[in-house]
Amino acid sequence: MKSKFFSSCLVNGALALICLFWTIPTFGLLITSFRDRLDINSSGWWTVFPHRDWVSIQKITPAPNVDRYAPMTLGGITATFEQFDQGITSNGKRYLWIGNRRIGYLDVESYQWTADTTFTMTNYQQVLASGNLTLKLKDGTTFTQEGVGMGRAFLNSLEVTIPATVIPIAMAAFAAYAFAWMKFPGRKMLFALVVGLLVVPLQIALIPILKNFVALHINGTFLAVWLAHTGFGLPLATYLLFNYISELPRDIFEAARVDGASHFTIFVRLVIPLSVPALASFAIFQFLWVWNDYLVALVFIGGASKNQVLTQVLANLVGSLGQNWELLTAAAFISMIVPLIVFFSLQRYFVRGLLAGSVKG
Amino acid sequence: MIFLPMAISFVGAGVIWNFVYAVRPVSAPQIGLLNAITVGLFGGQPQAWTAFFQPWNNFFLIVVEIWLQTGFAMVLFSAAIKGIPVEIMEAAQVDGANEVQVFFRIMLPQILGTIITVSTTIVIFTLKIFDVVWVMTGGQFDTSVIATEFYRQYFTYNDNGAGSAIAVVLFIAVIPVMVYNLRQFAQREAV
Repeated sequence: MKSKFFSSCLVNGALALICLFWTIPTFGLLITSFRDRLDINSSGWWTVFPHRDWVSIQKITPAPNVDRYAPMTLGGITATFEQFDQGITSNGKRYLWIGNRRIGYLDVESYQWTADTTFTMTNYQQVLASGNLTLKLKDGTTFTQEGVGMGRAFLNSLEVTIPATVIPIAMAAFAAYAFAWMKFPGRKMLFALVVGLLVVPLQIALIPILKNFVALHINGTFLAVWLAHTGFGLPLATYLLFNYISELPRDIFEAARVDGASHFTIFVRLVIPLSVPALASFAIFQFLWVWNDYLVALVFIGGASKNQVLTQVLANLVGSLGQNWELLTAAAFISMIVPLIVFFSLQRYFVRGLLAGSVKG
Repeated sequence: MIFLPMAISFVGAGVIWNFVYAVRPVSAPQIGLLNAITVGLFGGQPQAWTAFFQPWNNFFLIVVEIWLQTGFAMVLFSAAIKGIPVEIMEAAQVDGANEVQVFFRIMLPQILGTIITVSTTIVIFTLKIFDVVWVMTGGQFDTSVIATEFYRQYFTYNDNGAGSAIAVVLFIAVIPVMVYNLRQFAQREAV
């Protein structure tokens, strides 16, 4: 009995640890995106939690006529500038010079519990807006900088993702029905082709498709991306929906046919309503996939276009402002917010969709 | 929470982990979690984990991949384990098998099919990996993979031939998996 208790503790402990490890990176990003630029660069995000650190309790500014090159007596401590600059610890207090030799002050700090809890929306303002923007930092300084323009990219992402989700599903539903319940020559061959295409990496098709798009003058438009995503998503969509639709009970199809229903009527009146769960789970899948896609957008929309989607803007930001964490964290979070909402609100369908894809086989 | 990364884009994951791996000069406070731990707890030197820390920098990119895909594998395995008949487990317990034995002798053989499916899916998925490497290192520092090399050859150097050749190599690499898939499918059709 005791060993059982011990082992369940062990299992739970391990699970908690894994959960922690899996959550912390994202959590840190979220917190950092709300912190002031000055805070981000001077301390880690974990300092927002209560911790023990040196906290300023008094500021002593020496009179201008004090000789900074000789030992000074400040706050009851006599030391040279160099010593103050290093920081002197005495009686549980730390005396630290802030600033340079001429303009500066002595900070008296004590070691106590503290938490850095200044949060701000400035980062998000700057990331979403386009055009010049004047913003204020924690210490009162203002600065003017160009916004990243993610609001526009957010709309672009929606504009790319919604049709690129709807089109392949509509086509795949038709195809899946035909493969499952209609007899036509070459059915087996064609379906084997679909199954074979499931594992083909999309990189293989990028170059020929790009050449076609350039010849058709649609490169860089939303239409190009829709078509590309439709093509790359179709095999999986057809396969998943086929799995589901082919297992609908045969009786209802026969009954409908006896009543004189055509294939089209059966499809619209019976198959679509019955396969809503499968359609929904694949829709979520495809939505997340297209929203999070970078390579297809990069190739078909291109670098400098105004049609750029979120992942492109984010990746460009990493390239050009890779150390500006206040922008990167906020931008990354904006690009994640929609998938996270979709994921958490529809988690059940999502998991079911995954299962339909891989376990049945 | 382990499933959470499934909803996050690879580019987003790249940013998240860039931040974990962030490095500052020795004199400045470390704001990246990993370097803060290295310096604060172990008194080490801050490292540029994904860049000059060769050959281990690839390992730090692999960590990101693992972080992204564990959830996916876990969902499928948990479903497969739930699908194992309870009788078999109980029979084993009655026979006096301990948990380790149940796991290795019963659970693993029972979900072998799922393990193979999940492995092939992840192998295929990882073969095409592009975004994470592109965002985190750009393929520099000896971290280039098939997809990033392909992109660089074709789009940066405008070398259509080399780009296409890489794509073909990638295609040849997945042919065995494709054949396996088709054979599985044919078997299922026959039943």
